[in-house]
Amino acid sequence: MRINERRSLWRRLKPYFLVFDAPLVLVMVLLFATSLVTLYSAGIDFPGRVEGQVRNIVIAFVVMWVAANVPPQTLMRMAVPIYTVGVALLVAVFLFGIIKKGARRWLYVGTDIQPSELMKIGLVLGLARWYHGATAQEASFHWKLLIPAGMIGLPFILVAHQPDLGSAMLIGLTGAAMMFMAGLSWKIIAGVTIPAAIAVPFYVMFGMHGYQRNRVLTFLNPEGDPTGTGYHIMQSKIALGSGGLLGKGYGLGSQSQLEFLPEKHTDFIFAAVSEEFGFVGSFTVIASYIAIILIALRIASLSHSHFGRMGAAGMTATFALYVMINGAMVMGLAPVVGVPMPLLSYGGTVMLTVMIGFGLVLATRVHRYAELPKGHGLF
Amino acid sequence: MTEIKDNDREIHLFRLRLTAVVAFVFICFSLLVARFVWLQIIKHSDYMALAEGNRIAIVPVVPNRGLIVDRNGVVLARNYSAYTLEITPSKLRASLDSVIDELATLVEIEPKDRKQFKRLLEDSKNFESVPLRSRLSDDEVARFTAQRFRFPGVEVNARLFRQYPLGEVASHVVGYIGRINQAEAKALEEGENANNYRGTDHLGKEGLEKSYERQLHGQAGYEEVEKSAGGRAVRTLSRTEPIPGTNLILSIDIELQKVIEEAFGDRRGALVAIEPERGDILAYVSRPGYDPNLFVDGIDSQSWNELNTSLDRPMVNRPLSGTYPPGSTFKPFMALAALELGKRNPEQAIMDPGFFMLGGHKFRDDKDGGHGYVNMFTSIVASCDTYYYMLGNEMGIDNISAFMKPFGFGQLTGIDLEHEKMGILPSQEWKRNYFKKSRAAQKWVGGDTVSVSIGQGYNAYTPLQMAHAVATLANNGIQMKPHLVKIMEDGGTRARTLTVAKESGRIPLKQENIDFVKRAMVGVVTEQNGTGYRPFLNAGYVAAGKTGTAQVVAIKKNEKYNAAALDERLRDNALFIAFAPADKPRIAIAIVVENGGKGSEAAAPIVRKALDYYLLGKRPADKDRTVVPKEDAELRPVEEVKAEQGISDHKPGGETPGNKD
Repeated sequence: MRINERRSLWRRLKPYFLVFDAPLVLVMVLLFATSLVTLYSAGIDFPGRVEGQVRNIVIAFVVMWVAANVPPQTLMRMAVPIYTVGVALLVAVFLFGIIKKGARRWLYVGTDIQPSELMKIGLVLGLARWYHGATAQEASFHWKLLIPAGMIGLPFILVAHQPDLGSAMLIGLTGAAMMFMAGLSWKIIAGVTIPAAIAVPFYVMFGMHGYQRNRVLTFLNPEGDPTGTGYHIMQSKIALGSGGLLGKGYGLGSQSQLEFLPEKHTDFIFAAVSEEFGFVGSFTVIASYIAIILIALRIASLSHSHFGRMGAAGMTATFALYVMINGAMVMGLAPVVGVPMPLLSYGGTVMLTVMIGFGLVLATRVHRYAELPKGHGLF
Repeated sequence: MTEIKDNDREIHLFRLRLTAVVAFVFICFSLLVARFVWLQIIKHSDYMALAEGNRIAIVPVVPNRGLIVDRNGVVLARNYSAYTLEITPSKLRASLDSVIDELATLVEIEPKDRKQFKRLLEDSKNFESVPLRSRLSDDEVARFTAQRFRFPGVEVNARLFRQYPLGEVASHVVGYIGRINQAEAKALEEGENANNYRGTDHLGKEGLEKSYERQLHGQAGYEEVEKSAGGRAVRTLSRTEPIPGTNLILSIDIELQKVIEEAFGDRRGALVAIEPERGDILAYVSRPGYDPNLFVDGIDSQSWNELNTSLDRPMVNRPLSGTYPPGSTFKPFMALAALELGKRNPEQAIMDPGFFMLGGHKFRDDKDGGHGYVNMFTSIVASCDTYYYMLGNEMGIDNISAFMKPFGFGQLTGIDLEHEKMGILPSQEWKRNYFKKSRAAQKWVGGDTVSVSIGQGYNAYTPLQMAHAVATLANNGIQMKPHLVKIMEDGGTRARTLTVAKESGRIPLKQENIDFVKRAMVGVVTEQNGTGYRPFLNAGYVAAGKTGTAQVVAIKKNEKYNAAALDERLRDNALFIAFAPADKPRIAIAIVVENGGKGSEAAAPIVRKALDYYLLGKRPADKDRTVVPKEDAELRPVEEVKAEQGISDHKPGGETPGNKD
């Protein structure tokens, strides 16, 4: 009798646990393990990093699970409100945010929150919602495209103004990727990217904050300033390069152990991994990220609803951009912009953002056959 | 209907675009992987080298500087370890002044420490640590250590310091070390020894500390230290021990040196005592001296000014850079020259009327009315000027200078100290070169020779040269190079090397002539009419000597020398040369007492005390300190005085006073 009852409880709960996609979760677990192992090695002098990261992972996992169980109809209803709240919070940051290290990024609501993270989710949901209701023509070449452009541009400007170059890039590029995937006309793509390519140098020289400009210029010529901003890039490249094929061995990375590697727990953790585990390690990590991206994009393509497709693809785009920007930064291919490596870097905020994103991807998978009513407009 | 069609189009387009995105992702990730291959595989060895360079620092280990001890092992220069408070300006978080103010609450910091720190700061690079205070007490170290977390960039280091325990005694022999200044640092960097001096911040500046810098310094060791990005040493990977510097064992007998320095009292001058058979310098006195300890940490400007502007010129190393006319101490050498060249035999006597006329110019003897009949023996014992006026005139200047040259007059002795002066051994050639501008002044005249033959005129020798000449005479013409360092003891192996040179030459002299001159010099201190008789009464050993009194200024015609009336600094220099015991000399001495007056009164008594101590172990009972009045003097550099004394013209109708003693 009691056994039966338990069985029936399990039967009722079982669907909620079937949301996980086995290969995706497996690769995630592999990266989490790498993160913990590296934090243990690099964090001898920072006790509590491993425990903290375990806590972050557990919380993020639970949140992902919850997000994965939200029905798509609910998500569609929530999409525009979430986007709106995100923008509203960014405006609030603009008006009365907290300044730390020269940037106004935080808002105090009992605790310090960083609304740009919520914005990354909100933007994907908002755009997905808009494209869900738009016709193919409207998504390709139509004056109405000013709406998604505005939806991307507004938070981009607000975040860039904080300033948070990393998050602004993520928001802008995620939006651009979604517009592209939704079928943006090549005419518009060419019409925007070519003038932009010309305008960027001018923006760097005249539109950026001093420290941002320095980062960019230092990136272009790291040896010009070996003790200043270029130091991070140099030391990171040394860590990678000295790792070699098989790495220096676990716990033996002199660059990270002796603190030459900056931010070795967070933004530059990939360099620490590569130093101790060599090319074999770094290739494994990159392959894992590719696997996750491909799995997620496949899930997106299988969805029957445009909202699901765009949502999952958008979340994946954010994730992929995180990985590529951080990877390029660590290898000296991009300026140091303060973008962590998702799933690997220590820290709860970005982890939460990324895992909510994966929750939505998983939700898309679960409800891939759901046909959602298509209507014009946002609501 | 349109909706379904639209949906199909949407899916189609989306999948197409997704394929493009996947392709893009692959391209991006391929770039990343390619970059990994480049950095981790192709450029691996380069980056490995950079990582090792990051990780490992080579830290020099400064060798202990060699000790300097006297011939009996009394320490003259040693090292001791003390704590210094040092600041690395580039690591400071707050302003320099506020940090120093904060530190002053824990450790006593005087204004002069700050001043010196500022000076050192200007000389140093930003990332070097600069000492603010040295010789912290244990208390101060403890107080700072407890608070050190408040002072990033400030640390306490144990360092070796140089100390001269005897202070002023033999200061001109030992010299001193001081902080390496910018010019020296540059010279070191360019030299072959640059690596050996990494980490060394002091260098020999004067005396033996300078001339034996190479040996004293030793060979630096080094440590391979693994360090963190903050520069903190994590652990030592390997260590090569430094080889301590060579210990110098001097020929100086420091007790003798002390006896002589005390005997000098406040008088200025120089004395050099040499062991004739070996060339060992037993005493090397330059008065006044200075305290070399003042220089080790960087001398404060007040002391520096005092030392530099003092009329007594304590920084001048008189035995080798002061040049003086030898006065009558030149006579024994002149007599020997006469015997060797066959110009005189010992019994040949002259009649001394009290003057010598040459070309209408009157060269006066010091003794009014003259000495009467004077043979060679008496000429030395009673110091008769006229005898040598005549002798010199007959011999001619070039004969004199040729004979004097092997005795080392006007020649570098090659002593192991730097900045030795040549002095002047006058000759026709010398005068031609010296007075380049005026053809008239270039010509050597007979009167020049007459003055030179009593040790006046253009003659100018260092006390070291005089002592060396006496030692050569005492050693029967065998020349031994004078030296201060007797033994060098290797800092690592403790192996000892004698520096004592073999005889460097032998002057061909007839032994009977030497013996005669020596006998006459014994007469100076044993005969009743000897000028050195009184100072050597009841000596207890047989000494040989010769007094000398040399003019510092030319005295006008018919003007009698009046010591009391003359400015103290224009008074005659008192000289004495001696060796003892006369039959088998163990010590040869030359002394100059600047403006001391008569050689028999100012110089010989000091030599007596030195000989009493060295030969009999007798220390002087009374201090016999002469107080010299100082208020009436003006600054007259030694060189200037020297330049004046020779230039007495020998015009007809002119007169030149003789030498006293």
